[in-house]
Amino acid sequence: MSLTLFTQLKAIVAPLDRANVDTDAIIPKQFLKSIKRTGFGPNLFDEWRYLDVGEPGEDCAGRPINPDFVLNQSRYQGAKILLARENFGCGSSREHAPWALKDYGFDVVIAPSFADIFFNNCFKNGILPIVLPEALVDSLFKQVMAQAGYQLDVDLTAQTITLADGTQICFEVDAFRRHCLLNGLDDIGLTLVHQDAIKKYEAKRREQAPWLFSTQ
Amino acid sequence: MAGKTLYDKLWDDHVVRQEDDGTALIYIDRQLLHEVTSPQAFEGLRLANRQPWRVDANLATPDHNVPTTSLEGGVDGIEDPISRIQVQTLNSNTREFGITEYGMGDVRQGIVHVVGPESGATLPGMTVVCGDSHTSTHGALGALAHGIGTSEVEHVLATQCLIQKKMKNMLVRVDGQLQPGVGPKDVVLAIIGAIGTAGGTGYALEFGGQVMRDMSIEGRMTVCNMAIEAGARAGLVACDDRTIEYVKGRPFAPTGDNWEAAVAYWSNLKSDEDAVFDKVVELDGSRIQPQVTWGTSPEMVGSVHDRVPDPALEADPVKSAGISRALEYMGLPPNMAIQDIQVDYVFIGSCTNSRIEDLRAAAQVLKGRKVAASVEQALAVPGSGLVKQQAEAEGLDQIFIEAGFEWRNPGCSMCLAMNADRLPAKKHCASTSNRNFEGRQGAGGRTHLVSPQMAAAAAVAGHFVDVRDLVEVVQ
Repeated sequence: MSLTLFTQLKAIVAPLDRANVDTDAIIPKQFLKSIKRTGFGPNLFDEWRYLDVGEPGEDCAGRPINPDFVLNQSRYQGAKILLARENFGCGSSREHAPWALKDYGFDVVIAPSFADIFFNNCFKNGILPIVLPEALVDSLFKQVMAQAGYQLDVDLTAQTITLADGTQICFEVDAFRRHCLLNGLDDIGLTLVHQDAIKKYEAKRREQAPWLFSTQ
Repeated sequence: MAGKTLYDKLWDDHVVRQEDDGTALIYIDRQLLHEVTSPQAFEGLRLANRQPWRVDANLATPDHNVPTTSLEGGVDGIEDPISRIQVQTLNSNTREFGITEYGMGDVRQGIVHVVGPESGATLPGMTVVCGDSHTSTHGALGALAHGIGTSEVEHVLATQCLIQKKMKNMLVRVDGQLQPGVGPKDVVLAIIGAIGTAGGTGYALEFGGQVMRDMSIEGRMTVCNMAIEAGARAGLVACDDRTIEYVKGRPFAPTGDNWEAAVAYWSNLKSDEDAVFDKVVELDGSRIQPQVTWGTSPEMVGSVHDRVPDPALEADPVKSAGISRALEYMGLPPNMAIQDIQVDYVFIGSCTNSRIEDLRAAAQVLKGRKVAASVEQALAVPGSGLVKQQAEAEGLDQIFIEAGFEWRNPGCSMCLAMNADRLPAKKHCASTSNRNFEGRQGAGGRTHLVSPQMAAAAAVAGHFVDVRDLVEVVQ
């Protein structure tokens, strides 16, 4: 599944000021029992967001919220950009993590570094992970915290972020992934265009390593 | 031209198509499936009216949700209705698409990363993927193995390929000889302590040196399993005689002429002498002490003889805040001696440490001893039905039971608490699993990662203790 992403987005930024945020924290294990791709948003950061222990299928509306957690603060309501610290998304490969971020409303995550599998999973689900230098991320944290309603303007086509004061920052994004995001392309369909190459590889490999093709 | 690394060789042999922008289509020899990360992938196939490209390249087993208490009633006997639906969904999907599944009640069922190597479904030289980050485990056999997300599970089902960019090469060389009582888990925790939880991000991480060469295949699996905790998607160890001996005779292993051809191919599965790595880290294996994690990231680790750090002494403000937050969550004061940490729960199991060797190592410590009265629960959870059978044939189950452990059925269990085995809030657990993240073993639970020997020793003492002080350990 691929989703069409925005080409340009101006939105409120929510700062999550801790390093090594793991996917267990992004979406705790009990919610992984779902066999669907949707509905994970209310349980995003469940153990930090609520004061009780959440269970799958539970209505979160009546649960006690943790007023100290950043996403529960009124100034960050409606945020679509998450600002994070180094090694964001480490740990488990669960794609439920980007599903939960997307379902909550995040389209962009900015951090000095991401864990590999999470970074890859984001692109499959219409989330743009942006890597920026640590000093710049640090400066963004200060700006976001200093000014309620702080917004960033992210342009995927131009690969720029415009800060509140008008400063423009360029960011890198892999050309193929950018192309897929902008066009909402289906990876599987793209790969199947090369099915002859796959069959040719298999034929060659079968000669070279026949044991890989023998069934038990 | 410089020689190739093991990763270079594995990569080169699986390139179906190289694109100009650096991405490549990589062929996948084996996909392992479990119930948690596959339902949406099968649903995707159905929605697009696609069929699996190569049914025989897939093998499935349920592990995360399965109960470890009674298996009576099979799938229908799972009490939690949501867990039950997920396991039933794996059954119906594998049936619909004709994929082999070792289901509940089958003696071959178990944790997917134990089952793969044990059945020979993982072979040296293969590319192996699974919707689980601990797929790095299979690199212990000289295979290129890494975790993927559910979209990629669907992609592999439909095309037998993945779109990948080549990673960089990193070598961690552990030379010397381990001290008695120090094992593979201590080695990998020490590595993570040295390079950090993101030290291997972007790299294929090969483990080499005398310590790795001397290590059993099960031990190498423990080390590769936690490559992901150092940020590396794939861990690797060169294929050698031990590897070939391990694979021989397993159900999926080649036979006859194919065996001879395979062995010839596998003998080249090592980094060339003149291979160049982008990063090399060296550790002296003879200096590694038994390890215990004290925080909420695997890099927050030290020797059992250390003290918990003091955040006030950390100059980096982000790190200092991280230590403070971790100690608050763990309920530990700065500078506390690790040996003074009381243990309430003990968990021996998980894809890191639930193989026969792990159970033997723990049983050796437990033999003739009792779990301390202050320990509320001690679980021993074999990694597969076959591991359990072997352990019982050796009488290990009786040693665990007589010591006061519960002897359970195979599954992921309290490593991530998706089934009923959960660590209660604020309780400290000596765990042989791989992640000490907040809430990992149960909401509010406090995990300390250790080796099987150290978990057994903590069970007996009721607090962390150097296993060598408790028992004379034979290496």
